[in-house]
Formats: sequence, structure tokens, C-alpha cells
Amino acid sequence: MKKYILKRLLQIIPVLIIITFVVFCLVYVAGDPVALMLPEDSSESDREALRQALGLNDPFIVQYFGFVMDLMQGNFGTSFRYNQEALPLVLERLPATLELAFASMVVATVISIPLGIYSAKKQNTFGDLFITGGSVLGKAMPNFWLGIILILFFAVNITIFPVSGRGSFMHIILPAITLGTGIAAEMTRLIRSNMLEILNQDYIRTAKSKGVSNSVLVYKHAFRNSLIPVVTIMGLQISHLVSGALITESVFAWPGIGQLLVQAVNGRDMAVVQAAVFVIAILVIVVNLITDLIYRLLDPRIHYS
Amino acid sequence: MQVNTKADLPLTRPVALNRSFSGKVKRWTNLLFQSKTGTAGLLIVISVVFIAIFADLIVPHPPAENNLTNMLKPPAWLEGGSWEFILGTDNLGRDILSRILIGTRVSLLVGVFSVVLAGVIGLIVGIIAGFYGGWIDSVLMRFVDSFLAIPSILFILVFLAVFEPSIMVLIIVIGLTNWVTYARVVRGEVLSIKEREYVKASRSIGSKNIKIMKQHILPNILSSFIVISALSVATTIILEASLSFLGLGIQPPDVSWGAMLTDGRNYLATNWWIATFPGIAIVITVLGIIFLGDWLRDVLDPKTQVNAKGGPK
Repeated sequence: MKKYILKRLLQIIPVLIIITFVVFCLVYVAGDPVALMLPEDSSESDREALRQALGLNDPFIVQYFGFVMDLMQGNFGTSFRYNQEALPLVLERLPATLELAFASMVVATVISIPLGIYSAKKQNTFGDLFITGGSVLGKAMPNFWLGIILILFFAVNITIFPVSGRGSFMHIILPAITLGTGIAAEMTRLIRSNMLEILNQDYIRTAKSKGVSNSVLVYKHAFRNSLIPVVTIMGLQISHLVSGALITESVFAWPGIGQLLVQAVNGRDMAVVQAAVFVIAILVIVVNLITDLIYRLLDPRIHYS
Repeated sequence: MQVNTKADLPLTRPVALNRSFSGKVKRWTNLLFQSKTGTAGLLIVISVVFIAIFADLIVPHPPAENNLTNMLKPPAWLEGGSWEFILGTDNLGRDILSRILIGTRVSLLVGVFSVVLAGVIGLIVGIIAGFYGGWIDSVLMRFVDSFLAIPSILFILVFLAVFEPSIMVLIIVIGLTNWVTYARVVRGEVLSIKEREYVKASRSIGSKNIKIMKQHILPNILSSFIVISALSVATTIILEASLSFLGLGIQPPDVSWGAMLTDGRNYLATNWWIATFPGIAIVITVLGIIFLGDWLRDVLDPKTQVNAKGGPK
């Protein structure tokens, strides 16, 4: 197990190299920041001096290593919009994003597990078709549109929920439903097919031929075994969660990292863009690692290789 | 022959060899009309493509024409609406139906061409990695896996923070960030195909690598490749709409469904139709493509499970 964890930790290194490299290349081709930093009437020799001081005349690879060293010290530079260090600015928004992500996963799980199991149990009945159809529809519906429609119905027409912002429990309901249903659509489909696969296993057939009742069969034999893949299925939703959170936070003015990142991209606030991208990337990597470890802990058949 | 609607279960169906072209077409059309969703998908996709091509000719009003006397008109069937503006007008008096019709262009352009770009890169990398194996494969796949470990939206956002967004930039950015998925799938297919008898036979009679790749490998991975491509056109259309909605995608005067929704959001309380209809256009288009893609999967390649579960091996 220790060996496996070590191996997984080592695999993170190329991921970090790639993301730092891509981000650095983009910032590098983005052009000369000196022109923005000095007043317009500054002389060419002033600019040259600043370039020299900032290390912008160094070879590409030297600059890249400088960049990576800065990142490792958490030094992403200063946001020119907030006039503040970028990393604390991003970390400040982290709790709001985690709160929304957690609430959405709760919504998604509560919807998808019962629907997925029911749909597999009653394969090809009307109920199954309805649920499968619903999950296709959920996939075709953009997050932001669903958010807007929910606002229209539940915050404008009938004013049950607040339109935007964060604060009370009521504030999180619409964003969590918006983000959660998209994920639920995908999870329902995966849980259904996973359950169907299990229902076709030999041991289920054996149990059936023994005369085990249908509900015992589904809940005791099949469902318990489908729980382990559900962990993986939940872990797989992380990238939906990230892109969904960007949009949902913007629709509902939820003060999380997603909203901050979108505003930073719009305002070309590169320090914040980089800090937010790295914080999200590291979160994703950690979540993937954790789900993988849980999966391995739960399933005794898997050996650590 | 019964169409396989239970796409979740792998099923082995004998695939007839040496079918004539017209025979194939006949079999496909039979299968198409047996599947209701497939037929619906095909009809939707054909209409959307038709609209995108002839948008200029069929729009009832110029989509960018401001007309302040007709500001915020409701759809025709509501009080105050007129049949001149069937789906109503927006805050600048522009006809919503015309804007939706012209907006199909951006959606399809970005959706199709970024998938083509991603597909071509992924196909080449996947074939090379799978065919040659060894260290080339390890290096390429380590790279692909590392890339896949991070949601591509993050790369896209960094790109868009640096480059001024336009249709061209969006196509390139989405294409360059999404090819890794194709590379993974294609490599997997190549690995199994290259062990088949006919590849070994071809090699034993002295065929060159390039010839084997072109004649034996490529045609056999094409069907699963087409299926994934079709489905990712659907997700790309949603992605483009989302980016445009956030103000990071298509900029005016180009018309995009996502950007129409941004305009409409501010008028939600009083003029709901501005934000509602472009959303419906997205849902219908994406549904059509998903239906067609699912049908293609059933017909072309009953064995592939496109949405691989992706758990630990």
C-alpha cells in the first residue's frame, strides 16, 4: 500500500510539470509586461533596465525555472485589480467553492443512486425509459441555462429563494441544484449500467436460482457490490464539478474561486488566473488520489501494484 | 434484425463481411428507421446544418438590426406580440428568431472544427503510440495521462486570458486541449487490432509500417472514432455556449446562443423570452446530436462502450 501511494505521488510530478509548462508558455507568448508596468512616456533605456531587473532577458529555460521556483513558494504575483497577493485572494474563496461542491455532490448522489438502481432493476420498462431519457436531457441542458430557468421560476416568479449571493442556507439551494442535476444525469447513467453489469453476474444468477426474493437480490447482493464503483463514479465527476462550478458561481454570483477566475480571465488579471488554475488543479489531483485510495481500500480483490 | 437499444451491454453481433456498398446503405437505413431517436436525431441534425448554411436567406430580419421602436416585444402568441417577431425581440429591438437562426453557425463551426482538429491530432498520436509501442508509447501516454488529470477547462481559460477570443481562437483552443481523449481511445483500439491475424499476415508478406497503418489499422478504428467525435461535437457546443455566456467566447457582432443568454439574464424578471429561447435551441441541437451519435454507436460498433467507465484497471 505504501508503495502504491508513493507511486501515485510520483505520478503527480509530470502533471505539475505539464501544467506549469503550458501556463508559462502562454504567459511567455502573451508578450512584454513591461509596457504595462511603466508610464507611457518612459524611455527605452528605462524599459530595458526593468526588463533586465525582472529577468525578462534571460533564456526561456532559465525564466521557466524561475517561474517554477516562485510557484513553489506560493508567489504568484500581485493582482492588479485587487492590488493584493494573488494566492491569499484565491484561498480566501476556497471555503465557498468547497461548500457549493459538497452540496452539489449531495444533490447528485441523492438523485442518482435511487434512480440508477430503479432503472437497472426495471430495465426497459416505462420508468427506465423515463429515467434514461431524463438523464440524456440533463446532459443536453447547459448548466447556466438551467440556472437561469431556476432563477426565473423560483426567485422571480415565486420568490422562495434569493436570486444570488451567499449567506443563508436558502442561498445555496438553487446553485446546488443547478450544479448537482448535471452531475446526477451522468451518474445515473453510470450507476445504471454498472448495476446492469452486476445483475448479469454468475452469483446473481445463482442467488436467483436458489429462490432469493427479488428485493433481497437487488439490495443485498447487487447493490452492495455496486457501491465500490460508485466511489469511482463520484470521483470521475470532479472535472464536471470544476467546469460546472465556474459557470454556476458566475450565474448566482456565488463568491467562490470559479467566479474569481472568470472575472480574472475577463480582466486579463494574469496573477489571479495562474493562482486560481493551480489551486483548482491541485484540488483535482488530491480528489483523484483520495478516490483511488478509497477504491483500493474497499475492494479486497485489487492488489497494489 | 433487432436494433440494440440497450447500449450499455456489450453484445456480439456477427458482422457480415464483403457487403456491397448499396447493401450497407440499405441495412443502415433500415436500422435508422427502426430507431425512433436515431431518426429524430438525424432530422434535427439535417435541419440544423441546413439552417446554418442558408441562415442569411431564411432570417426574417437582419439579426444585428437595432430597432428601438420594437424593443422587448413578447413572442407572437402573447399579448402585445406580433407575427412579425415570432419569438419576440430583445432589449435593442433585434428579432430573437433571426438571431437564433444565425447563431447556429457559430455553434456548428466551433463544434465541428474543434472536434476535427482534436480528432486529427489524437488519431495521429494514438496510432503512433499504439503501433510502435515501447518507449514512444510510454512517453506519449504519460503525457496524455498527465494532461487528462486536469480538467481541460483550466487550460482553455488560461488560453483565453492570453488571446483575444474569436471563432478561430476558440476552435484552436478547444481542439488543442481536447485531443488527448482521442489519443487514449485510439491507442487502445490500435493495441488490440495490431495483434489480429490480418495485420500479422500483412507484415509477414513484407508490408511497410505506413501501409499497414493506412490499410489495416485506420479503417478498423474509424467507426469508434466517428462515434466519439459525434458525441463530442455535442459537448463542444455546450462548452462554446458556456464560454460565450461567461463573456469569454464569441464577441459581438458575432451572434452566439451563449452570449444571447447573457443579454437575456438582465431582463429575466420582465422579459423571460430573451433568455429562454436560445437555451431551447441549444438543448434541441445537442439532443439531436446525442441521439444521432448513440444510433451511430449501435450501428457502427456494437462492441464499443463509448463512455468507458474509466475506473482503475
